[in-house]
Amino acid sequence: MIVAQRINRVLVRIPPWAIYVVSVFPPVWLFWQGMTGGLGVEPIKALEHRMGELALQLLILTLAVRPLYEWTRINLMKLRRAFGVVTFFYVVFHMLVWLVLDVGILSEIWADIVKRPYITVGMASLVLLVPLAITSNNLSLRKLGPRRWKRLHQLTYLATFLGALHFVMLSKGFQLEPYIYLGLVIFLLALRIKLPKRRPRPSPQRSSAS
Amino acid sequence: MAGRYKSDLNWSDVTPKAMWLNRRQLLAGAAGTLALGTIANPVDAALGAAKTDYGAGLEPNTFEEITTYNNFYEFGTDKGDPARHAHKLTTSPWEVVIDGMVDKPGTYSFDDLMKGVSLEERIYRFRCVERWSMVIPWVGFELADLLNRVGVQPSAKYVAFETAFREDEMPGVRTPIIEWPYREGLRMDEAMHPLTILATGLYDEPMPNQNGAPIRVVVPWKYGYKSIKSIVRITLTDTQPPTAWNLYAPKEYGFYSNVNPNRDHPRWSQKFERRVGGGLFAKQTETLMFNGYEEDVAGLYSGMDLIKHH
Repeated sequence: MIVAQRINRVLVRIPPWAIYVVSVFPPVWLFWQGMTGGLGVEPIKALEHRMGELALQLLILTLAVRPLYEWTRINLMKLRRAFGVVTFFYVVFHMLVWLVLDVGILSEIWADIVKRPYITVGMASLVLLVPLAITSNNLSLRKLGPRRWKRLHQLTYLATFLGALHFVMLSKGFQLEPYIYLGLVIFLLALRIKLPKRRPRPSPQRSSAS
Repeated sequence: MAGRYKSDLNWSDVTPKAMWLNRRQLLAGAAGTLALGTIANPVDAALGAAKTDYGAGLEPNTFEEITTYNNFYEFGTDKGDPARHAHKLTTSPWEVVIDGMVDKPGTYSFDDLMKGVSLEERIYRFRCVERWSMVIPWVGFELADLLNRVGVQPSAKYVAFETAFREDEMPGVRTPIIEWPYREGLRMDEAMHPLTILATGLYDEPMPNQNGAPIRVVVPWKYGYKSIKSIVRITLTDTQPPTAWNLYAPKEYGFYSNVNPNRDHPRWSQKFERRVGGGLFAKQTETLMFNGYEEDVAGLYSGMDLIKHH
């Protein structure tokens, strides 16, 4: 665990605000690339997909913080809230690219949300993240109390699952990538399931013998 | 037989060759480190296709747009994958098996197919089922010309096509994205329609690999996936042939797959489309019935329920 200690010594020096500052660059960079031809000849879809993918990756990173600590003692806990909040803004940006640049027609937007399951699922994921983003501050944590706050923030699990499902549902043909994401998410969620301790069941033979 | 079809399109609407050539030279220069497939090769073998009136009022997409944004899943599912990987495809020699209900079945080399053919240029709209579109100056000849040459027997009702399947040249076929090889089909009257062509080039140059070299179908009033690429087999049959996307999801992709703004794809609306090449702020435009070829092809489907037979 010496390696973990060394890594943690570096990590502890990273203030959460640094995550927020760094997180501004990828969307701004991608938008700039989109405007100047760096995203190819159809930049709207490219920007939309890249942002969606980044958001999903960040959601997975956020979910991975605890198992990473439990298995390797590498401690990202202090930065986890920042990851979560940045994820929310990426999801919002992803949605705005779809809404404003991609569809851009009001009647079509609403029709898509209610009629197209993959968009309904994506939207649901975004909506679930709203209360989490709002309460990602110390004041909310105090007001809600740690137990209720924690329970509320377990919505992340559902939001992440829906995000990965959204990706699986929109792909054309059988493609591996979305399933790899979904598999990762299901794995990370399964780690959270606390299995009830198995009581040794007396075998019928024994019980009859005793 | 060039020029059977009349339309009100003008040759002057095509991007002047000097303009896109210039662009290609820039690209070729920049491609020193980038593997951009056939774009990087300075092939300037002009096909000398006869100019036609197809596509008046339409401005074709640039060569770069047409050759860097492709769906050709045999080379990967990313739009850039075909441009990255299609150079691995050996297109010469090329053979096409023509069999089924024909008078002269056999294995035809690419040169055999081109014997006595007069190439012509046709500027067609191209509408993908994914809601993007382009305008492409294809070079080719009418499919009917070939079918008449090989002699279609009266019992034949459909034409089935098959794309090359080469595991060593096509990285995408390692994943069962759909059931390989890629297959498509047309009803006989659709195949014989003067708008339906076998294309062997675009912008008066041999077909780039990522666009379906050396020979592909183009059916401009249907969604793009009906226009099958890199054909190795043409079979005349009396039963409706199985087609790749229809096998994968019959509710999403019908056998006919005519462009139809009134019949939504179950996962998205088909009322609108976006022309590729408009940049980050390009607006969507309304999709036209039969992709704008209603006058020419609606008669093929009179009396048919186009929602049911989508």
